[in-house]
Order: sequence, then C-alpha cells, then structure tokens
Amino acid sequence: MKITIDRAALLKPLAHVQSVVERRNTIPILANVLLRAADGRLGLNATDMDMDVVESVGCSVSEPGSVTVPAHTLYEIIRKLQDGSEIELAVVPDSGRMTIRAARSNFSLPTLAVEDFPSLTGDELPTNFVLSAADAKTLIDRTRFAISTEETRYYLNGIYLHETTENDMPVLRAVATDGHRLARVQMPLPDGAAGMPSVIVPRKAVNEIRKLIDETDGDVHIGLSENKLRFSFEDTVLTTKLIDGTFPDYERVIPQSNDKKLLVTCREFKQAVDRVATISTEKSRSVKMSMGDGTLTLSANSPDSGQATEELDVEYSAGAIEIGFNSRYLIDIADQIDDGNKAVFTMADAASPTIVTDEGDESALYVLMPMRV
Amino acid sequence: MTVLCRDCFCWHEEKAATHGAIGRCPSCGSPRLARHPELSTLSIGHIDCDAFYASVEKRDDPSLFDKPVIVGGGRRGVVSAACYVARIHGVRSAMPMFKALAACPHAVVIKPNMAKYAAVGAEIREMMREVTPLVEPLSIDEAFLDMSGTARLHGGPPAETLARLAKRIEDRIRVTVSIGLSYNKFLAKVSSDMDKPRGFHAIGKVDAAAFLAEQPVSIIWGVGKTLQRTLMADGIRRVADLQGHSERDLMRRYGAMGQRLYRFARGEDNRRVEASSPVKSVSNETTFDGDITTAEALRPYLWKLAEEVSGRLKRKGIAGSTVTLKLKTADFKLSTRQRGLQAPTQLADRIFRVANDILTHEADGRRFRLIGVGVSDLCGEALADPPDLAEPDLDRRRRVETAMDSVRAKLGDGAILKGRGLGAGRMKQSPSDKPPPDED
Repeated sequence: MKITIDRAALLKPLAHVQSVVERRNTIPILANVLLRAADGRLGLNATDMDMDVVESVGCSVSEPGSVTVPAHTLYEIIRKLQDGSEIELAVVPDSGRMTIRAARSNFSLPTLAVEDFPSLTGDELPTNFVLSAADAKTLIDRTRFAISTEETRYYLNGIYLHETTENDMPVLRAVATDGHRLARVQMPLPDGAAGMPSVIVPRKAVNEIRKLIDETDGDVHIGLSENKLRFSFEDTVLTTKLIDGTFPDYERVIPQSNDKKLLVTCREFKQAVDRVATISTEKSRSVKMSMGDGTLTLSANSPDSGQATEELDVEYSAGAIEIGFNSRYLIDIADQIDDGNKAVFTMADAASPTIVTDEGDESALYVLMPMRV
Repeated sequence: MTVLCRDCFCWHEEKAATHGAIGRCPSCGSPRLARHPELSTLSIGHIDCDAFYASVEKRDDPSLFDKPVIVGGGRRGVVSAACYVARIHGVRSAMPMFKALAACPHAVVIKPNMAKYAAVGAEIREMMREVTPLVEPLSIDEAFLDMSGTARLHGGPPAETLARLAKRIEDRIRVTVSIGLSYNKFLAKVSSDMDKPRGFHAIGKVDAAAFLAEQPVSIIWGVGKTLQRTLMADGIRRVADLQGHSERDLMRRYGAMGQRLYRFARGEDNRRVEASSPVKSVSNETTFDGDITTAEALRPYLWKLAEEVSGRLKRKGIAGSTVTLKLKTADFKLSTRQRGLQAPTQLADRIFRVANDILTHEADGRRFRLIGVGVSDLCGEALADPPDLAEPDLDRRRRVETAMDSVRAKLGDGAILKGRGLGAGRMKQSPSDKPPPDED
C-alpha cells in the first residue's frame, strides 16, 4: 500500500475513528486502525468490539493495499504535522512497518496482520430510516444527561429508543433514566421506522454519534436490528452493538395525577439554583423549593457551609408546599429548556416524582425524584 | 534507673550496679517491676489484652483453666485466639485450624462468640476512658492511650496510672493485659508486645534507636510480607540496615513508604492518638468448611452476610454507596471487586443484588474458601435508598425489609428468614469495622 494525502483530509476521519479506540487495550489489534487504499480512496476503520467506525476519504493511491497501525500514535503524528503538508503513507514490504513521510519528517510504525482485524460491519439491517441532523441531536441532547453509570443495572447505561403512539400518532421516542431522573423526548415516527425493534443504545456509542452529528447539517441514516444500530452520513458509518437487556417500564413512574403547577422563567431559575447550591453539601447537593402564592423560594442549608435563600416571582397558586431536589439534576434539566421559555413544574407532594416540561416545546418531558430534606 | 512496682505502685531508684538484675520491690517484695530511666516521663501507652478471646472463655468456664484453649471457626477456619497453654504446643493465632489441631490435638476448640467479646472489650475500653479521654481503639481488645498531662489529675506519672489500670482491669474484668509505654504510638505498640503476657515494657528516647536496630524490619507498621521481601532483596533485614540509609535514598526507592521507614527506624512517629476515628466501612466475611465453586452455592452465604452488614448499617444509622465483594480462592489468592451505586444504601436486598452481580462474573470455575461483602463510602441514612424511577419495586422491597427487621427485633433473628439464605449452613462470621483476629 502506498498513498499520498493532504494532512487535513486525513486528520478529520482519523480523529473520528481513533476516538473509538480504547486507551488501554488487552487485545493489541484493537489499538490499531485498519487502513485500506483502493480506487482513489482511503478507508479507515477502528473498533472496540462493541462499536465500529468506518470512514473513507479521497486520496491518490499509487499502490492499493491494506494495513493496520496503532491508531492513537498515527493520529498524534498526523495532528502534529504542519498544516497543508502532503503526507505519504507506505507499507514497507515484508518488514512489518509502515512509513509516514511529510516534508522532512519521517516515521515508521509497527503493523499487525489485516486478517486479525475484527469487523462488525457488513450485513444489511432490516429497519432503515432517515433523521435530520437537528432531530438526531435533539433525541440525544434531551436524554443523554440522564443515562445511568451504574454497572449493576447495565440496561440503564444507554438511551432507550423505540416506537410508540401518543394521541394515536406514531412517534419515535428516546428515554434515559438513572433512577433519580428520567428524560423522555419524542418526534413523529420517520418513514421506514414503523415496526422497528425497541433498542438500548449504549452510552459510548451515543457520545460518539453525538460528536459526528456536529460535523454535518444534512440527513443522517439509521439502520437498526434487534442487536445492532448503524448510523451513517456522507462518508462515515458507525455501527454499534446494543445493550442486551430490558428497559424498565418507565410509563409506570410518570405521574398522571400531579396537580400543582408552577411556571418559572428558565434562565432566572437556573441561575438562582446555581447560586443557592453553592451552599448545599457536596454529598447531597440538595436545594429546597418552597412554593407559595406567586413566589418560589429556593434555599440550601448546610451545618458546615452556611445557608442561602433566593426568592423568585413565579406563576403558582396551588397552595404552599416544600420539595427538595438535587440541585445538579435541576440544572441538568433546566439546561434542556430554552433559556427564554418557561419551565413548567407539575408536582404532587414532597415524596412523589415531579414532572418538568418546556412550556414552548411539548416534545420533551422530564421526571425528577425529590430528595428528603 | 527508675523502677515502679506493679503490685504496690511504689517508686524507687535502682543503683546502676544492679542494672539487669532481677530485683524485688523493697516495699512489698514483688518481682513485677517496671524499669526504665525515663519511666516517670513517658506518656503514650498501648494496652493489649492477652489472648483475649481465649482469656474471656477461660474466665467464663474455670474448668478450662489449665487446658489448651483455641478460639476459632470450624475445621476450615483459622485460629482467632490461642491461650498461652495452647501456645506452648506451637499454636498461633491466624494459623489454619487443621494445623493447630495437628500441633495440639487435645485442645479445647471454642466457636467465637463475638457479641460476648465485644461486650467485654467495651467494658475494658470504658475503664481506659476513665483515665484519659484520648483513647484510640485499634481493635476490640487493644487501644492507644495518650496520657500526656494527666500526672497531676491521677497523682502520679502515666506509668503508674497505667499499671494501676492494668491491675483494676485484672481485678474487675478478670482478663490480663500487657502494657507498652513510650513517647509515640509506634514504639508504644511495639513495647506492649515485648513482655507478654501480663507485661509492662517501656521504650524511651535513650534506648529506642539501639532497641530498634536489633529488630527485623517487619516490626515497622506497614511492612508486610511483600515489602519485607522487597527489602530483603535490597539487603535490608533488620532495622539497623535501614538506619544506615538516608531519607532521600529510602524515599527514592520506596516512595512515601520510604519516608516512614526512615522515620520509624529512628523511633520517630508523629501520628497523634485520635480519640475517635470514624468508621470507614462495614463488612463481614466467612470461611467455608469446604471449598465452593458455583455462584448458586455461594449465594446463600452472600445473602446472610449482606443481611448482617445491613443490620449493622441500620443500627449505626448509616448507609454506603460502594459495595465490595471479597473472594479468596482455595490457593489463598484474594480478589476484591467494588461497585459504585447510584445512591447510598443500607438495605440487605440492595447490597446483595449488587454483590451478587459481581459474584456472577467472578464465579468462573475457581474454588473459593472465603466470601466477604462490605459497604463503604459511608454517609448518614437520610440520603439512603431514595425511591427509584427505574425500580418502582424498590420502595416495596424496602418496606418488606423494614417489616422483617421489626419482626426480628421482637422475636429474634431466626423468627423470619428469606429463602435465599437457606443452604448456607451455620456460618462462622468475622464481622469487622475492623477488628482483625485477636493476635495475642
């Protein structure tokens, strides 16, 4: 294999694929990126066995062929080379080495056998649909903050993506929860998604996909089976295994009969919570919300660091109650609501889950568990 | 040389000529004398009960008085404590039970009754607190006492107060103790070991370095088998070998431990006696009668341990957000695996579920001799087990557990059991926050 390629053209796909590669690897081949040159294009492929990213880029191929080299090292080298430089990648026959040349820099990297490189890609997936980049972004951003990191309940370590109906309209819905809060967002079911399997997309894949979405304004293609999800746009394809587990019946925990409604301007609320939370203890981060006629008082009290209160004008008239929340969770949710919009809290009492929504956007809903304060 | 009689508590000065001679107290004739040039100024004490568990058992059953007594778990367990008669036959604490019985076949083996030892230990600790508020327990049966500034209160130097305390413990609790007295914790602990049982030993600034020089490096707190092997490979066997190295040199070789080695080798230890060191973890473990391989067979033991740990958390009003599973293989390889929780817990059910999940991964065909479970990263129970959106059943399970707890509180621990605990047989448990085996 021998190719020449512009540094910037190589750096971008390399950045995508190398971020899939784990820093510590017990299986050497998984630390490598597979490079394949043919027909005027260079294909790059990296995997961690759960997820696989394939990308291709135009280049000038003088000898077609393929090779695997350490992904992070190659990325670091290309990153540090001068912008605008022309790079030559060449496999030295029978030496087990690949050389990298650019201007007066020379590198030589060890290679591993191409045949040993595992591949997740290939087979066609039964369900295929298209989302706009903006919709894909919404599905992820509105939910991923609530993904659990707890290993024991591994089935919560991702976003639950499934088809359902809302007011007899078919919708595509994404849900994530860590037990303390739950985030749910939905949009009209895209063409082709009807009959899709319900899947849990693992956190690492979600984060990689999210990074890729930032690079496109166009449409993204989703392919889906019971145990794989493929995400593709332009020259990039990410394939991930899905979490093999059953997502809990989340509908049961979304309260239906909460009747105490509070509306507060999101920006004011977020800033006030942030200020008051300065005092709450590291361990609990709790902030108390005390509702009265037309006012919301946020307060935090800690024997070690003092106390804080702040009063906000709100729309509320359902009688005085007090509920404690984890301030970080309040801010996470407020972050999802447009700053100028009003956040709507629908509450029952200090022990039951509270619903938070965006007054100007009905697609997303958040459920928050109170804390004992 | 200053001398204190440990029976009549009178002080006198001994002439240099009689140094080392076994003198007797000029007032009462007792041979039990404590001597040291700095005896009237040293103020850090370490009190350690002699063969504690075995002594308590002998106290409660006088027929055992002259018999070798071993306190420890069944055929497979280890010796928790061996009385001094059993020690004549070569029995040592932490020795596997089968070896102990081979050495001393006629020994009387008694299953540990931790609740009883804890109660006696607490009584002794209370007596220690009568002489100084600065009592730092190391385990159920030993503690550091900082006696600085108590001379006027007690009308005599710390050495005398400690000797009187030892006698009071002996009279009231009928268990003997050994006392180490020095100017820091490290040397006090070392001293209490020098004259066991029923001993009193002092190390002062004048003799510390010379005394330490002759000791093996393992005497230094923190030098275990592994470090000892490393040191041995570097030609360091006795403390004297350490004394020859500079602090920089030792730190370069052994890191932070090097600094401790350097200081301790010179008898320097600036750790303070802390009256209350908060509990950092609550754990329990059990050694099986025969090795166990499958997760199914290990589970009942795990459940019982989880219940026990949960019970202690509940009694203390605390909860923790890290669960640790400990397994020891038949060839004594130890593996501990930790799991963080989304929220702190004190529920047996939750501890069990998390530990069981780890267990399922760990039970890969190896044979295990011991299983343990612990909860750490502790906090108050106010934050424990909040209702969970992903587990709507959690609250119901918590209520079930609370109901079971209250039934047990009324009718005893065996009144109501979960099926998953069946099959664990009778367990020898070594609960810990953190009392290790009674070494003396």
